Amino acid sequence: MVQIEKISGDAPYLPIAGENAVLPARTRRWHILVFLAPALLVYTVIMIVPLVDTLRLSLFRSVDRVPEFVGLDNFAVLFFDPRWSEHFWQALRNNTYFFAFHMLVQNPIGIALAALLSLPGLRGQAFYRAAFFLPTMLSFVIVGFTWKLILSPLWGVTPVLLGAIGLKSWFHPWLGQDSTALTTLCLISVWQYVGIPMMLIYAALLAIPHEVVEAAELDGVTGFAQFWKIKLPLILPTIGICSILTFVSNFNAFDLIYTVQGALAGPNFSTDILGTFLFRTFFGNQLQLGDPNMGATIATMMFLIILAGVSVYLFGIHTRMRRYQF
Amino acid sequence: MNRARSSPLNSAAVHLVLILYTALCIGPVLLVAVNSFKTRATIFGAPLSLPGPSSFDLIGYKTVLGQGVFLNYFANSLIVTVGSLAAVLLFGAMAAFALSEYRFRGNSLLGLFLALGIMVPIRLGTVAILNMMVAAHLVNTHLALILIYTAQGLPVAVFILSEFMRGVSKDLKDAGRIDGLSEYTIFFRIVLPLVRPAVATVAVFTMIPIWNDLWFPLIVAPGEATKTVTLGAQAFIGQFVTNWNAILAALTLAILPVLILYLLFSRQLIRGITAGAVK
Repeated sequence: MVQIEKISGDAPYLPIAGENAVLPARTRRWHILVFLAPALLVYTVIMIVPLVDTLRLSLFRSVDRVPEFVGLDNFAVLFFDPRWSEHFWQALRNNTYFFAFHMLVQNPIGIALAALLSLPGLRGQAFYRAAFFLPTMLSFVIVGFTWKLILSPLWGVTPVLLGAIGLKSWFHPWLGQDSTALTTLCLISVWQYVGIPMMLIYAALLAIPHEVVEAAELDGVTGFAQFWKIKLPLILPTIGICSILTFVSNFNAFDLIYTVQGALAGPNFSTDILGTFLFRTFFGNQLQLGDPNMGATIATMMFLIILAGVSVYLFGIHTRMRRYQF
Repeated sequence: MNRARSSPLNSAAVHLVLILYTALCIGPVLLVAVNSFKTRATIFGAPLSLPGPSSFDLIGYKTVLGQGVFLNYFANSLIVTVGSLAAVLLFGAMAAFALSEYRFRGNSLLGLFLALGIMVPIRLGTVAILNMMVAAHLVNTHLALILIYTAQGLPVAVFILSEFMRGVSKDLKDAGRIDGLSEYTIFFRIVLPLVRPAVATVAVFTMIPIWNDLWFPLIVAPGEATKTVTLGAQAFIGQFVTNWNAILAALTLAILPVLILYLLFSRQLIRGITAGAVK
């Protein structure tokens, strides 16, 4: 497309056999509009307008079903009113822990698996790859219930398995205890989603030019040192992509916790994250009535958090990592 | 070519690690599937054993399928997934073609506008989406879910497809133009067939999150007539808290279609991820 960049405006594009012939505008290029219209229409109406409208709703409060502009009052309530702020800060804290756990556990495991899988001449590569990616394909509902059953003291599979390696006394109903429930959910989520960083990094490792690896081998840099000093710096941009994907999906998570612990994110709200807090606030539950405006306020906070994360990535990390790319 | 540098001992260690991790990935799924075919007593008494002649039991499946709703859930998921997939692929390919083929005012701005949807999850607009669906009387319809998933899938589809369409030979399209083909014919007859592998990749990527989504069915279409498998299994399992046969059977039934799709498409999927990252 580089060649035709000179053509601007509504001039019809009609290059002939490698040449670019700029003809006078005979027809308006309606076909461009026809090609773009359906996608733009659905995307704008169903996604962009509601997003903007949600941001707008966070500035209103409904008094006797009449919306009333209240400025940033809803945010003040969310941050400082003890009825809300306690839950909000706890959800934010838990969500931050959720994200940090994924960054420190999921992504390193993904890198390690990718490094092993990309070893030259490894047998059964396709099989391992398919197996490692299987949990990622399953829905949160399946994953959540499967692990809920397996970790349930009622069934007792886990104590039997732990007993087989002599650790039966380690078993606790991890999902039912305040202190361990969130970490257990993090581990389940890592189990499910480790496939994504693994695949992306695996692909990046395969894309490293052979000359680079061969040059390293000639210099006697092999094995672990080769991975650490040669390959890891080269795949940093991909690790950056994995990090921002993890960030967005973690601060938008909901399904797994809803499936395993319900909308109240039990026990005792110890697994509450922003997604479950939003759902509970918006729809109400056994404890309170639904509040669309406060729901919109929480959604706006999630939007700002995700926007901040994406900006840090795009302007801070992405541009700086460019120079490593081939 | 790379020379293999690892000793047999190293290679055995690598395989040991990989096999252990494979067991961790497949084990839980197998455990659920195997136990769904057993009697209640053996589910609890010997959870790790395979179903034998004395412990084989289909009571769970009878309970689940006897309810008759599960097949409806499958049908709903299928309608919603196929409907949104068709819309995402057709509209996405058309928009990708326009963005990659023509120079016009606002081209890159439009690209950026669509890219916004890659980074910002559609879920954050839920409050307003529900208001809109209520106003349009679309709550508890397949159409509501199809529209939402189409909007959700479009940004990534346009992004990936326009990358591939840039690679389609210009001479081929120009030859078509000289022969007097319309731009529509060029798109449908020349470009679309050439980017079919990319379309398949996008299809797999778009399909998984739609099939697995719980949030929007729960909010926009929770009615019995429009429940998807994911939401249905969620509600269904909650109902049978103590009937372990039924729970395990329902879970296995929910896993089955995903597993079949995965086995069919895993090569495509993995090639897609690999090709995308190489770019």
